[in-house]
Amino acid sequence: MPKPVKQVHLAAHFPGVNNTTVWSDPRAGSHIEFSSFARFARTAERAKFDFLFLAEGLRLREQHGRIYELDVVGRPDTFTILAALAAVTDRLGLAGTINSTFNEPYEVARQFATLDHLSGGRAAWNVVTSWDAFTGENFRRGGFLPQDQRYERARTFLSTTFELIDSWQGNEVAADADSGIFLRDRDAGRFEHHDSHFDIAGRFDVPRSPQGGPVIFQAGDSDEGREFAAAQADAIFSRHSTLDAGREFYADVKGRLARYGRDPDQLKILPAATFVLADTDAEAAELAHQVRLQQVSPATAIAFLEQLWNRELSAYDPDGPLPEIDPDPGENTTARGRASVRMYRDPIATAREWRAKAEAEHLSIRELIIEVTGRQSFVGSPATIAATIYDYVQADASDGYILVPHITPGGLDEFADKVVPLLQERGVFRTDYTGTTLREHLGLAPRARRARSAQTRPVKVGTAP
Amino acid sequence: MQTAVPEADRLHLGIALDGAGWHPAAWREPTARPAELLTAGYWADLVTQAERARLDFVTFEDALSLQSDDRYQPDLRTDRVRGRLDSVLVAARVAPLTSSIGLIPTVVATHTEPFHTSKAIATLDWVTGGRAGLRIRVSARQDEAAHFGRRSAPAGPGQVSELFAEAADYVEVVRRLWDSWEDDAEIRDVATGRFIDRDKLHYVDFEGGWFSVRGPSITPRPPQGQPVVAALAHASTPYQLLASSADIGFITPRDATSAAAMVAEVRASEAAADPGRATPHLAGQPVRLFADLLVFLDDEAAAAARRRDRLDELAGAEYRSDALIFTGTPAELADLIGDWRSAGLAGFRLRPAALPHDLAQITRALVPELQRRSTFPSQYQSSTLRGLLGLPRPANRYVPDPAP
Repeated sequence: MPKPVKQVHLAAHFPGVNNTTVWSDPRAGSHIEFSSFARFARTAERAKFDFLFLAEGLRLREQHGRIYELDVVGRPDTFTILAALAAVTDRLGLAGTINSTFNEPYEVARQFATLDHLSGGRAAWNVVTSWDAFTGENFRRGGFLPQDQRYERARTFLSTTFELIDSWQGNEVAADADSGIFLRDRDAGRFEHHDSHFDIAGRFDVPRSPQGGPVIFQAGDSDEGREFAAAQADAIFSRHSTLDAGREFYADVKGRLARYGRDPDQLKILPAATFVLADTDAEAAELAHQVRLQQVSPATAIAFLEQLWNRELSAYDPDGPLPEIDPDPGENTTARGRASVRMYRDPIATAREWRAKAEAEHLSIRELIIEVTGRQSFVGSPATIAATIYDYVQADASDGYILVPHITPGGLDEFADKVVPLLQERGVFRTDYTGTTLREHLGLAPRARRARSAQTRPVKVGTAP
Repeated sequence: MQTAVPEADRLHLGIALDGAGWHPAAWREPTARPAELLTAGYWADLVTQAERARLDFVTFEDALSLQSDDRYQPDLRTDRVRGRLDSVLVAARVAPLTSSIGLIPTVVATHTEPFHTSKAIATLDWVTGGRAGLRIRVSARQDEAAHFGRRSAPAGPGQVSELFAEAADYVEVVRRLWDSWEDDAEIRDVATGRFIDRDKLHYVDFEGGWFSVRGPSITPRPPQGQPVVAALAHASTPYQLLASSADIGFITPRDATSAAAMVAEVRASEAAADPGRATPHLAGQPVRLFADLLVFLDDEAAAAARRRDRLDELAGAEYRSDALIFTGTPAELADLIGDWRSAGLAGFRLRPAALPHDLAQITRALVPELQRRSTFPSQYQSSTLRGLLGLPRPANRYVPDPAP
């Protein structure tokens, strides 16, 4: 029997503080004015996207001990901007990145429950754990979390937050004026959680929201990250937007779900995807090259090189060859606050690869950096891009894509106007929302209520949510 | 009717919003919406109603625990409103639906991060185009401390005073972070490839007894420069917080005489803390003081009294408040307001006993009466909250020679 045609999920990421955004383009808008975010959200909603997504960074990036100037700097507070966007949208999911190191479960639980109430059930949480003392300098209990404790902290934070949210079943508020009974259960919201991370008890103060809690996103790529997602997440914000890498990741992660008693369709895999659209494929390819040149300026190219080499390289010519010297070993002290440096697991080996590639293909520093720091995921005419997305989703390289335009807020318009209709015509993307909550848009079953009970032992990985 | 009222003559009015109203039985009134207290529409309706009457601001009550009849610990009552939403997010949710009114949510300093609060209120200021405020409060409650498990509740009055000293530090950090970006830090200089000029960003490097914060903020300088900081104060320790940290203060006098005495006490605290109010964010401005009044308003005084009695009976006890409870007609309230003006108050923050009833009496009857008396304008006279309150935009403390 032939496989049923898979529906495509689409989302829009208003990019943050990295070089994806070409801020020098005359069409580039503000990254702080509300009108920019409102415009972006409205475009995503009229195109019937599942959700809008925001990243977060809690300390301005630095290089060589000075604030990094070359990319967009400055962003709004995640919860606050999402709550405001709930006022200018009606169906669009609102997904924000919230850190589990520099927050407390009681506060995060009430903020997500509130956002879910104020949006009629459209809140989502991308759970991240930063682990650096650099960011910690902005917080009361800043300090340092060893890398191997990242996922334990994230797991515990997530499960504790949901214990708070689940302390309200959803039937406690009677609000019966005649009888005078406002609350059916005088102990509503009671909770208790004691482990090495959180030692808290009392009563949570926000009754159950439409989705019963935020949809959970996770973005880790390591084995532990994939396992965490398989156990706890509703969707993965993945890095693998190509066909082969996508299929491999998809099969791997979906293959882990059975162990947790979860169906494969209850975890959506959504790679981030950049795109360049033009009338023809050839024009798009040329435009893509121009965009890459704009994203990787000569100064940016040297800065990226410095991040790998872990030292200053300002004497090098961006149009010249790569350094012959090896990167400085040890802890990366050059780039602070940047997640990407964690990806360079063996800088010396990577430097050698880059040198070899540059030599073989006659690439300057700038050209090499353009090559190795991420091409656009989808480059072509609307028909080409729509066909690629269709094919990749049907081939199980993903369940859809989180699109990241390089011009904000207007860069989403073209995709919405020209690509989405083609997917709609092929019957794989909605022509209108059928549900009101983000869980419904993503095809997720309603979140199961956990019975209210005192948790006195740590929640283990492997416990289905 | 006069449209513009000179600052020296005009009155400022704010509304304190809390659940179904400040009276514990207000949720049982026929016009109450007790099943909608967690919906966006409920709050949007209240705030837009306040804006139509040209009120200066609304405040949103909040805490890090369930509401309780007991001020210091939870209760097990089922006949009261229990459950609430985070007030910063409520303010953000109604912001795009408004254009002129100030929005002042409540933050508990004792258990939260000043870095998060600073960027949240800065973002609210961006979303509103300069109408954000921050009402800061402390928490001495044991149950709230247990919700976080990071510290124990204060054991005695000395430790309660420390909570206020910490709150002053907290506000200092929030304000430094608001200044940590100069207004023109974003340069978008294509020639040099720089989006920002890093010399216009400043580490705040705050070191204090409860926290240290490096900075800069991740959020650019808010449109108001410094959003309006408010606090409720009943006694000398919180008056010191007003003096050191606030732009506006809510006080609870019982009559014109005590209002004048409280104003004098706050002025004395200001002089002791900071002669001339020289710190940059205060810029020589005295704290604008508002008298809180809890109001039962009806077309006839007897009806207001009957309503209050009825609500007290439903609640099972006479309602007591830290603020003066006014029961009467809007015209009588306008008289009281006029009587108290000579005390040196900037205005009044009204706590509606029942929502929407008492808010409607304020917007439809009290405000027109005050406008008729030429003490309240009929149009918004500024697009920012600081502007509405007659507070100039402060210079950035990190800019050595600010342009005039």
